[in-house]
Amino acid sequence: MSIDMAQFHQVFFEESFEGLDVMENGLLNMDPGEIDPEEINSIFRAAHSIKGGSGTFGFTNVSEFTHVMETLLDEMRDGRRPVTGEAVNVLLASVDVLREMLTAAQDGGEPDEERVKEQHAELTRVLANADAPDGPAADAGHAAVAGGEFTQVEPVGWKIVFRPHQHLLRTGNDPLRIIRELGELGELAVICDTSELPPLNDLEPEDSYLSWELHLNEPVAKEEIDEIFEWIEDDCDFAVIPLLPEGYESATPTTATAEQAAVVADEAPPAPALKVLDPPPERRVSEDRRKEDERRKPSPGGKSGAGGSSIRVDTGKIDSLINMVGELVITQSMLGMLGEEFSMDKLARLREGLGQLERHTRELQESVMQIRMLPISFTFSRFPRLVHDLSNKLGKKIELEMSGENTEVDKTVIEKIGDPLVHLVRNSVDHGIEMPHERVAAGKPETGTVRLSAEHRGGNIVIEITDDGKGLARDRILQKGIQRGLVREEENLSDKQIFELIFQPGFSTAEQVSDVSGRGVGMDVVRRNINELGGSIEIDSEQGRGSTITIRLPLTLAILDGQSICVGGEIYIVPLASIIESIQVRKDMLRRVAGKGETFKLRDEYLPIVRMNEVFGIEEPKATEIEDGIVVVVEAGGSKCGLFVDDLLGQQQVVIKSLEANFGRVEGISGATILGDGSVALIMDIPGVIRLSRSNAPVSHPEMSMTA
Amino acid sequence: MAASILAVDDSASMRQMVSFTLKGAGYDVVEASDGVEALNIAKTRAVNLVITDVNMPNMDGISLIKELRALPGYRFTPLLMLTTESGVDKKQQGKAAGATGWIVKPFNPDQLLKTVSKVIS
Repeated sequence: MSIDMAQFHQVFFEESFEGLDVMENGLLNMDPGEIDPEEINSIFRAAHSIKGGSGTFGFTNVSEFTHVMETLLDEMRDGRRPVTGEAVNVLLASVDVLREMLTAAQDGGEPDEERVKEQHAELTRVLANADAPDGPAADAGHAAVAGGEFTQVEPVGWKIVFRPHQHLLRTGNDPLRIIRELGELGELAVICDTSELPPLNDLEPEDSYLSWELHLNEPVAKEEIDEIFEWIEDDCDFAVIPLLPEGYESATPTTATAEQAAVVADEAPPAPALKVLDPPPERRVSEDRRKEDERRKPSPGGKSGAGGSSIRVDTGKIDSLINMVGELVITQSMLGMLGEEFSMDKLARLREGLGQLERHTRELQESVMQIRMLPISFTFSRFPRLVHDLSNKLGKKIELEMSGENTEVDKTVIEKIGDPLVHLVRNSVDHGIEMPHERVAAGKPETGTVRLSAEHRGGNIVIEITDDGKGLARDRILQKGIQRGLVREEENLSDKQIFELIFQPGFSTAEQVSDVSGRGVGMDVVRRNINELGGSIEIDSEQGRGSTITIRLPLTLAILDGQSICVGGEIYIVPLASIIESIQVRKDMLRRVAGKGETFKLRDEYLPIVRMNEVFGIEEPKATEIEDGIVVVVEAGGSKCGLFVDDLLGQQQVVIKSLEANFGRVEGISGATILGDGSVALIMDIPGVIRLSRSNAPVSHPEMSMTA
Repeated sequence: MAASILAVDDSASMRQMVSFTLKGAGYDVVEASDGVEALNIAKTRAVNLVITDVNMPNMDGISLIKELRALPGYRFTPLLMLTTESGVDKKQQGKAAGATGWIVKPFNPDQLLKTVSKVIS
């Protein structure tokens, strides 16, 4: 019977990749000072499973490679080898290579042979050092090695004496099976010896008293017979005597009782000494970077199959979804019936039905959103390794603390927040945390801390990256800003506003562009990525103490709580999250400030007024005098301003439709929505609007004011 | 009535392969992912053969075999270990715990079936 093993491959790959994660996390958590035996065991088991499975399913290169890792881990878990930082690092690198090999096997490609060989050599080298080979020699194999002498003449058959020990049955073995198997080899004559059988009264039915002499008239190889006895060699006495053709003397029988076998095994040559290879040259820094980047192929949220992204969902969520749809159908048919024969006295019931409809729809909406929510641990999981490797490379001592990994966020967030977070964490490690001796000199603990946290706050997800490093160099940033003409010298900027400067494209105060970060292409891209997710990013820092980066993201990406406003004949939506307040401004509150244009006083600040009709090129606004319209005070990225609009219309939840996907990217607009009456309203991107107003150019884009 | 086999392994792909192979040959197969699960199953129903991996969380294969032998219904049941070729001491330990024999990993379906048919008549 031939079975197609390929059907088990997918499961094997999935569990193997999970096993690799177990190994990696376990290795990262290993503290050479305090070894947790259960931790080592689970790392060993993961390697062992991958080895076994890959062998079974035909991926021999994987099996061979994993075998060396497993041997190393086995020695560690038995205490025969100390757990050193070096060994851990070699194992971590091996996990990377193994991941590559498995990915190649899964995709039907080939791994980088050079790298595999290199890493294999590394593992072998570590194994060869401080290798303590005690215990029985490996590959002792089964014991029936012919220790005695073979006869010169080929036997025509065998005489087998078989005497099971009393307890044989209790091993689950059955003498009859042995005899049957021998019988399958050829013609078998059986003589039973019942001499040991006690009287019935004394007979223990679970014991074995019988023995046999068997004549096998078949010139089979001795190994075939030995194999049949393989399992029970310790539980019986057996002798295999060659039967010679007529006229020959039988030579010394080749016996194989347990003790003899043990003697033979001990005399077997020791396992061949492992080749000791020269340690490989020091790895180049850039090489490592490339490998690290290649190592992590982004895998969206759940386990994706060969094509298309997929997600693992709790069946409970699906069940409640099905329930809600059921409720919705009931409500719909009820309303349908009402509509068939409607009369005004049924108005109350109609209202009730519509209310139910709204409730059920909202519940359904929330539930469906829930399905796409995944714990942010999917994104956070790469950081322990990243910080570990990076701090090693830079010679710094850094501890990563993470919290709130269970915070659930939308799948799209998981996919898109990874790269920005990596950039920010790298910054903290590279530019934030100082070298150990610098820290000690500054009176700080030698080991720096980077804290990564996520939580739901208000209607948002807040992700914070905090470090206790040297903080941002405020003055240097200001200088650079002035140098680049982004800031005028006289301007009195708050610290926060100064820090905002680093989000400008090409801005980097790092003295050397290090391989890790500092090319200055990062922060503006980070901010843009976060804005695209509908979120915001802020930096706070204290020189010498450290920095905190706060990222705020909306909980749901596709729905927005918005304030509708109108300018001229157009309706726009302002995200409620950005609105501080809306006020009517009197003429006497206005002031013209050099460099800022029109401003109005709000408490103790002068905020610029942004005339929406000018920004969006609307020709006939209803209100031109400041008193005739409304000023909506908004905030984005640390700066505030007042949007001057004709009127406020109302607050509602709107479904965000992508403008970029359907039309094109427009500065100042983050999306569009379809209102209840079918008309289209554009959703304002507040940071974009503020930027536009500063550049003093109205948005020049063809067909700007759209009619649906 | 078909003979029943309890297959124990913490690797889902191995369990699936063993199960599929044995079911295809007409055996009734029950699966467990570690020794604790297997022991619970064994206590509630009788099987004709147990095939178990050695390295598993919660309870390893050798402990499982020891526990099974202590159950009245399993004193003579064939109990087979799945072991790797280099695990000589594992085989000894298994035998000491009461194992009937072993199957060496990696194995292919035919080897599995052959071994199984030997112990279950």
